[in-house]
Amino acid sequence: MHLLVIDWFYIIEKLLLIGLVVTLSMVVAMYATYAERKVAAFLQDRIGPNRAGIFGLLQPLADGGKLFFKEEIIPMMSSKFLFILGPCLAMITALLTSAVIPWSSSLHLFGRDIPMQIADINIGILFIFGVVSLGVYGIMIGGWASNNKFSLLAAIRGASQMVSYELPMGLALIAVLMLVGDLKMSSIISNQLANGWHIIYQPLGFLIFFICALAECNRTPFDLAEAENELNFGYHQEYSSMKLGFYLFAEYINMFMSGVVMATLYFGGYDIPFVNEAGWGLNQNLLAVIGFVVLMGKAFFFIFVFMWIRWTIPRFRFDQLMKLGWRTLIPLALFNMVVTAAVVLWLNR
Amino acid sequence: MQLTDRAKLVDRKAMTWLEKLYLWNIAKGMWITLTHLFKRKATIQYPEQKRTFSKVFRGLQILNRDEEGRERCTACGLCAVACPAEAITMEAAERQPGEEHLYKEEKYAAKYEINMLRCIFCGYCEEACPKDAIYLSQTFAPSNYGREGFIYKKEDLLIPHPQEDPEGYKKALGEKSTKVQ
Repeated sequence: MHLLVIDWFYIIEKLLLIGLVVTLSMVVAMYATYAERKVAAFLQDRIGPNRAGIFGLLQPLADGGKLFFKEEIIPMMSSKFLFILGPCLAMITALLTSAVIPWSSSLHLFGRDIPMQIADINIGILFIFGVVSLGVYGIMIGGWASNNKFSLLAAIRGASQMVSYELPMGLALIAVLMLVGDLKMSSIISNQLANGWHIIYQPLGFLIFFICALAECNRTPFDLAEAENELNFGYHQEYSSMKLGFYLFAEYINMFMSGVVMATLYFGGYDIPFVNEAGWGLNQNLLAVIGFVVLMGKAFFFIFVFMWIRWTIPRFRFDQLMKLGWRTLIPLALFNMVVTAAVVLWLNR
Repeated sequence: MQLTDRAKLVDRKAMTWLEKLYLWNIAKGMWITLTHLFKRKATIQYPEQKRTFSKVFRGLQILNRDEEGRERCTACGLCAVACPAEAITMEAAERQPGEEHLYKEEKYAAKYEINMLRCIFCGYCEEACPKDAIYLSQTFAPSNYGREGFIYKKEDLLIPHPQEDPEGYKKALGEKSTKVQ
């Protein structure tokens, strides 16, 4: 009789939410490729794709269709299982991050409060970090399985880069966690709703976090893992068809997710800036929708900044990258952490 | 010796700690790219818009006709001799009675081919021609799917008939119409 005790509505609600979030990430990633090309074009005084549909809006579909119909090539000397596993891992880890992100305040439908978060686990932010650091396996396995020295070099580079930049990222995050006193994503947001955005308290921490996010997403100036002109596309050189598509797609999903995470950690998540929306007396559902749009706006802004940086700054040399990570960012993050800890301790005395 | 006043001394001082963070210089660079976001775009939307060429632009060859629409070429072969890329081949033939309305002189080119993959558009054929029969026009060779398509036959090169298709004739002449007498 235990089966009957299951809250079916709860399961349906979560399944729907998962479907929605995955679709959302996919669509955003799809149009991020289009946005990337448009932003690149505009920053270089060009127009960019404008032939497929009005303003070239169907371009991502055309690109996707092209990738689907490309010949699928698996190199003869590659280890086939790992070769296929690589892009799958990249995609899965990119999508997993979305599970703990609070997309908006809760909806009120059919007499139930529906939180717009798939899982509000008590180690929310640690979960994101765990999944993000798993993401390096997509690159490493792909580079290793290709049996190509360029891919392997890129995989080694990517792995050491990601390991190095996770450290200052984590240290910057610890300062935020000291302010909140909890690892739950929902309490990170509620703390910001009560006390103001964390960017006010942690400008240096945000800067470090942002730089590390660039490195974690393998974006220029830290795209050493796919350095086109040194390693001819690096770890996904041997990939073709939709497997290549998965790698490229995972990169854009990662970008979107890191935008959302940054908005959540430092910019109040779905909080509408400069106003007290609770005083408007609006419907709870309407507020949730507005909150979601605001969160998307913040995330899209970060995506734009990522692209803007990509088309401005050239790639770092590998020794510069390591120096920046270990000798500049980690001391700065440590300093930030110690100062925050001292202030928190002093205020709570 | 200083040739221009644009020379700048290279600053080889060791970077300060702040410069090693790269942040200030990155901010300056980002400002420059941001201003480009709002600049006028340099793109020419090719098939709809076309760049205007100078009057001396050397494009695709055309074989000229006279005012009555007769071919001017006499297949003397001077253009083929002048051609540094050896892109031109031709075969001569004798004009038969009753063909006077087709060919201006007694000899004409039965076959006239220019390989557009070899042609370097130098315009020496135009200079060599004693009969004003070949000109370089304002258009450039359109793309093609095969090598054969780039070997232009006489039908591809001949200018439209001035009386049967006066508009096409004028268009093919383009800016150069002042030169043709």
